Amino acid sequence: MAKITLSDLKHSYYPDPKGPDDYALKEIDLEWSDGGAYALLGPSGCGKSTLLNIISGLLTPSNGKILFDDKDVTHLPPNQRNIAQVFQFPVIYDTMTVFDNLAFPLRNRGVDETTVNTRVMAIAEMLEVTDMMGKKAAGLSPDNKQKISMGRGLVRDDVNVVMFDEPLTVIDPHLKWKLRSKLKELHQKVRATMIYVTHDQTEALTFADQVVVMQDGEIVQIGTPVELFERPAHTFVGHFIGSPGMNVLPCEVREGGAFFENTLITLEGEIEQGTGPSQIGVRPEFVTLGDKGLPAIVHKVSDVGRHAVVEAKVGHTSVKAVIEGEAPVQGAATHLSFDPTKTRLYRDGWIATRAAS
Amino acid sequence: MKTQNQRAWFFVLPVLLLVAFNALIPMMTVVNYSVQETFGNNVFFWEGLRWFEELLNSDRFHAALGRQFLFTGIILAIEIPLGIIIALSMPRQGFWVPVCLVLMALPMLIPWNVVGAMWNIFALPDIGLLGYLMNTTLGIDYDMTQDPFAAWATIITMDVWHWTSLVVLLSYAGLVSIPDAYYQAAKIDGASSWSVFRYIQLPKMKQVLTIAILLRFMDSFNIYTEVFVMTGGGPGNSTTFLSIDLVKIALGQFDLGPAAAMSLIYFAITLLVSWLFYTLMTKDDGK
Repeated sequence: MAKITLSDLKHSYYPDPKGPDDYALKEIDLEWSDGGAYALLGPSGCGKSTLLNIISGLLTPSNGKILFDDKDVTHLPPNQRNIAQVFQFPVIYDTMTVFDNLAFPLRNRGVDETTVNTRVMAIAEMLEVTDMMGKKAAGLSPDNKQKISMGRGLVRDDVNVVMFDEPLTVIDPHLKWKLRSKLKELHQKVRATMIYVTHDQTEALTFADQVVVMQDGEIVQIGTPVELFERPAHTFVGHFIGSPGMNVLPCEVREGGAFFENTLITLEGEIEQGTGPSQIGVRPEFVTLGDKGLPAIVHKVSDVGRHAVVEAKVGHTSVKAVIEGEAPVQGAATHLSFDPTKTRLYRDGWIATRAAS
Repeated sequence: MKTQNQRAWFFVLPVLLLVAFNALIPMMTVVNYSVQETFGNNVFFWEGLRWFEELLNSDRFHAALGRQFLFTGIILAIEIPLGIIIALSMPRQGFWVPVCLVLMALPMLIPWNVVGAMWNIFALPDIGLLGYLMNTTLGIDYDMTQDPFAAWATIITMDVWHWTSLVVLLSYAGLVSIPDAYYQAAKIDGASSWSVFRYIQLPKMKQVLTIAILLRFMDSFNIYTEVFVMTGGGPGNSTTFLSIDLVKIALGQFDLGPAAAMSLIYFAITLLVSWLFYTLMTKDDGK
């Protein structure tokens, strides 16, 4: 187990990258503390798998350093980094039994058979696979195969970090939930540093203590699930996390205030100095319908069970609101108001209001 | 009450005819010959199982069968490992992949009698490249028309040259279908390259290798054309394999009865070995 430091990390798949567009990873500076559960979240192609492969040693970065507990491992091959990785598709050794599969990483490192036995049995118990230890691994169901892959990652007690690369992709939806909570439970038991890569916000938010949101090879925000939800640092985070995502409304900034459809909107705090296109961001959860506020016409109502998502038009801009209880009918006139403590200004995509202290 | 009609027979008829003409009728003709004696003129005498008994007790048949198994055993023992090694060392991506694949496929594209003729000339002691090199340059006495060992060595080399590609191509197809994650996982698990071969590559190649061994067994067990062109079964009877002997009996001596009996036994052996091998190899697949 170790603290992981990424310093000034850049990577390009081209031999001589010209502009920033040639970089799959633009500039990553990051520190992950020992024993934490982290998630790397972002859409496909944002560079999260590249970052993972750099940490595991399958790729050498074009620039920058990776430190495990202050030891530079940038140029070490994967087997000398003492890490474990679980892949998108379960990797199991078909001809071996479940026991031998779990014992493989230990035996390769010359661990004596008694220790192998205790470690494997302990892990098998945690994963609840003790009843299939003697079986050929080839015959298992996909979720059990993935459990075995996870087990192989967790069986060594000295690993620096265990990485999961979208491990639940091939798992049936009803088993996904089970495996996810299993994983969380395992983390609490073994206390290894874990990094979980996914494009699924639910997986990231339920698993991790801290989520790193990436876009186009850059880190946009690092925070706890609550922070990401409550105060997105970038419109991308607001949009990517949450269902539906944050409302991003074009606005005008003048006289120190933000105007949306010519109405002054109260924000969480003072606007910082700067130039560039400005937008107001407010989550649908913090938009209420009522008698006061911006006049709007209800355009679309979708009932998603627990609550309704109302899409209303203010001028030509549509604003989403999450409404508990009775929803208005389509075409009805209404007024929208935004919770000022949760309403912010974004400039060039980045947050540009000072948080109320 | 269900309506009964015989219409289904019409749908089966084409297949029945096809199988009848390409398998059943020729096969039954052979069965028919195998229990009779003929001196031509379409006159036949009933002989019962005599040809089978004589054949199974004949030293000539035993010797040919022995040579056949020895030959097949040797070429399998060379071609399968060699094919796997070549497949493992071929590039997985880039410019050289198609080049390698075409080079590998070339020997298989040459007609069999041409292969025989090529190697026959190649091995001629006075003007053949191989024969000349061996005798004149290296000073090794080499003449496959005189020396049984030279004949065997040449035929085996020829078969390895001709058919290892098949094993290579099949193994290669098996290898490229292994996802990268397996290799990455093995690296992280600290597996040695032998472990990677033993626990990842070999199991993933098992099915294609089963097919490769099966095809190479059947083909080499039935080898005729190349050997006939190269040595004609000689020197003496040293390279008279089952098929060569069969043709000698059937067409050289015109003993149709014994030849028919031999064909049936020959066929039965090929079928039996193939079936046994295939059953053993696929026994665990269902579980």
